[in-house]
Amino acid sequence: MISISPTYLMYYVPLIISISLVFGATRHEDTQTILKHAFYTARWITGFMAIIFVILLLINWMV
Amino acid sequence: MASSANVIQVDAERIDLKNRSLAAFLAWLVPGAGHFYQGRHTKGSLYLVCILTTWMLGFALGGGHVVYASWQPGDRRWHYILQAGVGAAALPALIQGNRMRKMTDKGVTSRSYEPMWGGFMAPPHRPVIEDRTDEVSAWYATYGAGYEMGTWYTMIAGLLNILVIYDAYAGPLAVPISGRKKKDDDSDSEQQAAGESDSGAPAATSEPTPEAKA
Repeated sequence: MISISPTYLMYYVPLIISISLVFGATRHEDTQTILKHAFYTARWITGFMAIIFVILLLINWMV
Repeated sequence: MASSANVIQVDAERIDLKNRSLAAFLAWLVPGAGHFYQGRHTKGSLYLVCILTTWMLGFALGGGHVVYASWQPGDRRWHYILQAGVGAAALPALIQGNRMRKMTDKGVTSRSYEPMWGGFMAPPHRPVIEDRTDEVSAWYATYGAGYEMGTWYTMIAGLLNILVIYDAYAGPLAVPISGRKKKDDDSDSEQQAAGESDSGAPAATSEPTPEAKA
Protein backbone atom coordinates (compact mmCIF):
# COMPACT_ATOMS: atom_id res chain seq x y z
CA MET A 1 0.00 0.00 0.00
CA ILE A 2 2.82 2.40 0.88
CA SER A 3 5.55 2.56 -1.73
CA ILE A 4 8.26 3.40 0.81
CA SER A 5 9.40 1.63 3.94
CA PRO A 6 7.42 2.75 7.01
CA THR A 7 10.77 3.33 8.74
CA TYR A 8 11.13 6.42 6.56
CA LEU A 9 8.33 7.90 8.62
CA MET A 10 10.80 7.97 11.52
CA TYR A 11 12.46 10.96 9.87
CA TYR A 12 9.43 12.85 11.08
CA VAL A 13 10.12 12.32 14.80
CA PRO A 14 13.18 14.54 15.37
CA LEU A 15 11.71 17.20 13.10
CA ILE A 16 8.40 17.45 14.91
CA ILE A 17 10.14 17.63 18.30
CA SER A 18 12.51 20.34 17.16
CA ILE A 19 9.95 22.41 15.25
CA SER A 20 7.34 22.24 18.04
CA LEU A 21 9.75 23.21 20.78
CA VAL A 22 11.28 26.08 18.82
CA PHE A 23 7.82 27.31 17.78
CA GLY A 24 6.64 27.23 21.38
CA ALA A 25 9.76 28.93 22.65
CA THR A 26 9.54 31.76 20.13
CA ARG A 27 6.05 32.58 21.41
CA HIS A 28 6.45 32.34 25.16
CA GLU A 29 8.96 32.87 27.92
CA ASP A 30 7.61 30.59 30.62
CA THR A 31 8.87 27.00 30.33
CA GLN A 32 5.55 25.33 31.15
CA THR A 33 3.75 27.45 28.58
CA ILE A 34 6.43 26.69 26.01
CA LEU A 35 6.02 22.95 26.55
CA LYS A 36 2.23 23.23 26.39
CA HIS A 37 2.39 25.24 23.16
CA ALA A 38 4.90 22.74 21.74
CA PHE A 39 2.54 19.88 22.53
CA TYR A 40 -0.39 21.59 20.79
CA THR A 41 1.78 22.41 17.77
CA ALA A 42 3.01 18.82 17.51
CA ARG A 43 -0.53 17.52 17.81
CA TRP A 44 -1.84 19.94 15.20
CA ILE A 45 0.91 19.15 12.66
CA THR A 46 0.59 15.41 13.27
CA GLY A 47 -3.18 15.55 12.84
CA PHE A 48 -2.89 17.60 9.67
CA MET A 49 -0.30 15.24 8.21
CA ALA A 50 -2.41 12.22 9.18
CA ILE A 51 -5.42 13.65 7.35
CA ILE A 52 -3.34 14.29 4.23
CA PHE A 53 -1.90 10.79 4.54
CA VAL A 54 -5.36 9.21 4.69
CA ILE A 55 -6.57 11.30 1.74
CA LEU A 56 -3.59 10.21 -0.34
CA LEU A 57 -4.16 6.59 0.63
CA LEU A 58 -7.79 6.85 -0.42
CA ILE A 59 -6.85 8.41 -3.75
CA ASN A 60 -4.28 5.67 -4.25
CA TRP A 61 -6.91 3.05 -3.47
CA MET A 62 -9.48 4.56 -5.84
CA VAL A 63 -7.17 5.06 -8.83
CA MET B 1 23.04 49.52 33.04
CA ALA B 2 19.92 48.21 31.30
CA SER B 3 18.11 50.58 28.98
CA SER B 4 14.41 50.60 29.92
CA ALA B 5 13.42 50.73 26.23
CA ASN B 6 14.84 47.25 25.84
CA VAL B 7 12.98 45.79 28.81
CA ILE B 8 9.80 43.92 27.95
CA GLN B 9 7.37 41.79 29.90
CA VAL B 10 6.18 38.42 28.59
CA ASP B 11 4.30 35.68 30.48
CA ALA B 12 4.69 37.78 33.62
CA GLU B 13 8.46 37.64 33.21
CA ARG B 14 10.61 40.71 32.83
CA ILE B 15 13.17 40.41 30.03
CA ASP B 16 16.08 42.71 29.35
CA LEU B 17 16.85 42.37 25.64
CA LYS B 18 20.05 44.42 26.17
CA ASN B 19 21.64 45.35 22.85
CA ARG B 20 19.04 43.93 20.45
CA SER B 21 21.19 44.08 17.33
CA LEU B 22 24.09 42.34 19.01
CA ALA B 23 21.73 39.70 20.40
CA ALA B 24 20.27 39.11 16.93
CA PHE B 25 23.74 38.81 15.42
CA LEU B 26 24.82 36.35 18.12
CA ALA B 27 21.61 34.38 17.61
CA TRP B 28 22.41 34.06 13.93
CA LEU B 29 26.06 33.17 14.54
CA VAL B 30 25.29 30.39 17.02
CA PRO B 31 21.66 29.39 17.67
CA GLY B 32 20.80 30.35 21.23
CA ALA B 33 23.88 32.53 21.78
CA GLY B 34 21.82 35.71 21.64
CA HIS B 35 19.58 34.40 24.40
CA PHE B 36 22.55 33.45 26.56
CA TYR B 37 23.81 37.01 26.12
CA GLN B 38 20.42 38.27 27.32
CA GLY B 39 20.45 35.91 30.28
CA ARG B 40 17.62 33.74 28.89
CA HIS B 41 19.54 30.55 29.50
CA THR B 42 16.69 28.04 29.33
CA LYS B 43 15.54 29.21 25.93
CA GLY B 44 19.13 29.57 24.76
CA SER B 45 19.84 25.95 25.67
CA LEU B 46 16.62 24.78 24.02
CA TYR B 47 17.45 26.59 20.77
CA LEU B 48 21.05 25.42 20.79
CA VAL B 49 20.11 21.78 21.27
CA CYS B 50 17.07 21.68 18.96
CA ILE B 51 18.47 23.63 16.04
CA LEU B 52 22.03 22.36 16.04
CA THR B 53 20.85 18.76 16.53
CA THR B 54 18.48 19.07 13.58
CA TRP B 55 21.18 20.68 11.49
CA MET B 56 23.86 18.13 12.36
CA LEU B 57 21.48 15.22 11.94
CA GLY B 58 20.67 16.45 8.45
CA PHE B 59 24.33 16.98 7.70
CA ALA B 60 25.10 13.40 8.75
CA LEU B 61 22.13 11.93 6.86
CA GLY B 62 23.45 13.46 3.65
CA GLY B 63 26.97 12.16 4.24
CA GLY B 64 28.27 15.66 4.89
CA HIS B 65 27.54 16.77 1.31
CA VAL B 66 24.19 18.51 1.70
CA VAL B 67 25.59 21.87 2.75
CA TYR B 68 27.61 23.63 0.07
CA ALA B 69 27.55 27.01 -1.61
CA SER B 70 27.23 27.02 -5.36
CA TRP B 71 25.63 29.26 -7.96
CA GLN B 72 26.86 27.58 -11.12
CA PRO B 73 24.66 26.75 -14.11
CA GLY B 74 23.07 23.35 -13.47
CA ASP B 75 23.82 23.50 -9.78
CA ARG B 76 22.27 26.57 -8.26
CA ARG B 77 22.24 25.58 -4.63
CA TRP B 78 19.47 27.90 -3.40
CA HIS B 79 19.06 25.60 -0.40
CA TYR B 80 22.20 27.15 1.05
CA ILE B 81 20.40 30.47 1.54
CA LEU B 82 18.21 28.77 4.16
CA GLN B 83 20.96 26.50 5.49
CA ALA B 84 23.08 29.58 6.21
CA GLY B 85 20.44 30.62 8.74
CA VAL B 86 22.36 28.68 11.37
CA GLY B 87 25.34 31.01 11.01
CA ALA B 88 28.84 29.86 11.80
CA ALA B 89 28.08 26.19 11.23
CA ALA B 90 27.43 26.87 7.54
CA LEU B 91 30.21 29.38 6.91
CA PRO B 92 32.93 26.89 5.83
CA ALA B 93 30.76 26.23 2.76
CA LEU B 94 31.28 29.83 1.63
CA ILE B 95 35.07 29.45 1.81
CA GLN B 96 34.96 26.16 -0.08
CA GLY B 97 32.52 27.56 -2.62
CA ASN B 98 34.68 30.59 -3.32
CA ARG B 99 37.76 28.39 -3.73
CA MET B 100 35.90 26.13 -6.16
CA ARG B 101 34.67 29.17 -8.10
CA LYS B 102 38.22 30.37 -8.60
CA MET B 103 39.29 26.94 -9.81
CA THR B 104 36.41 26.62 -12.29
CA ASP B 105 36.75 27.84 -15.83
CA LYS B 106 33.87 27.76 -18.33
CA GLY B 107 31.88 25.45 -16.08
CA VAL B 108 34.63 22.84 -15.70
CA THR B 109 36.71 22.36 -12.54
CA SER B 110 40.47 22.48 -12.94
CA ARG B 111 42.20 19.09 -12.59
CA SER B 112 44.54 20.61 -10.04
CA TYR B 113 41.64 21.45 -7.70
CA GLU B 114 41.71 19.76 -4.35
CA PRO B 115 39.10 20.76 -1.75
CA MET B 116 40.31 21.82 1.67
CA TRP B 117 39.55 20.01 4.91
CA GLY B 118 39.00 16.67 3.18
CA GLY B 119 36.11 18.05 1.14
CA PHE B 120 34.12 19.28 4.16
CA MET B 121 31.23 21.38 2.74
CA ALA B 122 32.95 21.52 -0.65
CA PRO B 123 30.81 21.85 -3.79
CA PRO B 124 30.79 18.98 -6.30
CA HIS B 125 33.26 18.89 -9.17
CA ARG B 126 32.07 20.62 -12.34
CA PRO B 127 30.31 20.21 -14.59
CA VAL B 128 27.08 19.30 -12.85
CA ILE B 129 24.47 18.58 -15.51
CA GLU B 130 20.93 17.59 -14.77
CA ASP B 131 20.06 14.00 -15.77
CA ARG B 132 23.73 13.17 -16.31
CA THR B 133 26.16 11.22 -14.15
CA ASP B 134 28.18 13.59 -12.00
CA GLU B 135 29.27 13.96 -8.39
CA VAL B 136 25.85 15.12 -7.19
CA SER B 137 24.14 12.08 -8.70
CA ALA B 138 26.79 9.91 -7.03
CA TRP B 139 25.86 11.45 -3.67
CA TYR B 140 22.20 10.76 -4.35
CA ALA B 141 23.01 7.16 -5.27
CA THR B 142 25.13 6.66 -2.15
CA TYR B 143 22.90 8.25 0.46
CA GLY B 144 19.48 7.72 -1.13
CA ALA B 145 16.62 9.33 0.79
CA GLY B 146 19.14 10.47 3.39
CA TYR B 147 20.49 13.05 0.94
CA GLU B 148 17.05 14.55 0.38
CA MET B 149 16.12 14.40 4.04
CA GLY B 150 19.48 15.80 5.06
CA THR B 151 18.93 18.75 2.76
CA TRP B 152 15.49 19.34 4.27
CA TYR B 153 16.71 18.99 7.85
CA THR B 154 19.46 21.54 7.37
CA MET B 155 17.12 23.95 5.59
CA ILE B 156 14.47 23.66 8.30
CA ALA B 157 17.10 24.22 10.99
CA GLY B 158 18.16 27.42 9.22
CA LEU B 159 14.56 28.58 8.91
CA LEU B 160 13.87 27.89 12.58
CA ASN B 161 16.87 29.98 13.51
CA ILE B 162 15.32 32.96 11.72
CA LEU B 163 12.49 32.79 14.26
CA VAL B 164 15.09 32.58 17.01
CA ILE B 165 16.87 35.66 15.67
CA TYR B 166 13.59 37.56 15.80
CA ASP B 167 12.99 36.34 19.35
CA ALA B 168 16.42 37.59 20.39
CA TYR B 169 15.81 40.95 18.73
CA ALA B 170 12.24 41.70 19.76
CA GLY B 171 11.11 39.07 22.24
CA PRO B 172 8.52 36.34 21.73
CA LEU B 173 6.23 36.54 18.72
CA ALA B 174 2.54 37.16 19.23
CA VAL B 175 0.36 34.05 19.40
CA PRO B 176 -1.89 34.06 16.32
CA ILE B 177 -5.65 34.07 16.91
CA SER B 178 -5.99 30.69 15.22
CA GLY B 179 -3.47 29.26 17.68
CA ARG B 180 -5.36 30.28 20.81
CA LYS B 181 -6.82 27.59 22.96
CA LYS B 182 -10.59 27.88 23.08
CA LYS B 183 -11.43 25.56 25.96
CA ASP B 184 -12.52 27.45 29.02
CA ASP B 185 -11.91 24.61 31.44
CA ASP B 186 -8.17 25.04 31.30
CA SER B 187 -7.23 27.45 34.03
CA ASP B 188 -3.92 28.32 32.42
CA SER B 189 -5.54 29.42 29.21
CA GLU B 190 -7.96 31.49 31.21
CA GLN B 191 -5.03 33.16 32.86
CA GLN B 192 -3.51 33.84 29.47
CA ALA B 193 -6.77 35.19 28.11
CA ALA B 194 -6.98 37.51 31.08
CA GLY B 195 -3.63 38.91 30.07
CA GLU B 196 -4.92 39.89 26.67
CA SER B 197 -5.78 43.46 26.10
CA ASP B 198 -9.21 44.63 24.97
CA SER B 199 -7.81 45.38 21.56
CA GLY B 200 -7.30 41.68 20.98
CA ALA B 201 -3.57 41.66 21.56
CA PRO B 202 -2.22 38.16 22.09
CA ALA B 203 -1.26 36.75 25.48
CA ALA B 204 2.44 36.60 24.77
CA THR B 205 2.89 40.12 23.53
CA SER B 206 6.20 41.73 24.16
CA GLU B 207 4.96 44.82 25.89
CA PRO B 208 7.44 47.31 27.25
CA THR B 209 7.33 47.54 31.02
CA PRO B 210 5.44 50.47 32.61
CA GLU B 211 8.68 52.17 33.52
CA ALA B 212 9.83 51.84 29.92
CA LYS B 213 6.66 53.51 28.72
CA ALA B 214 7.14 56.29 31.25
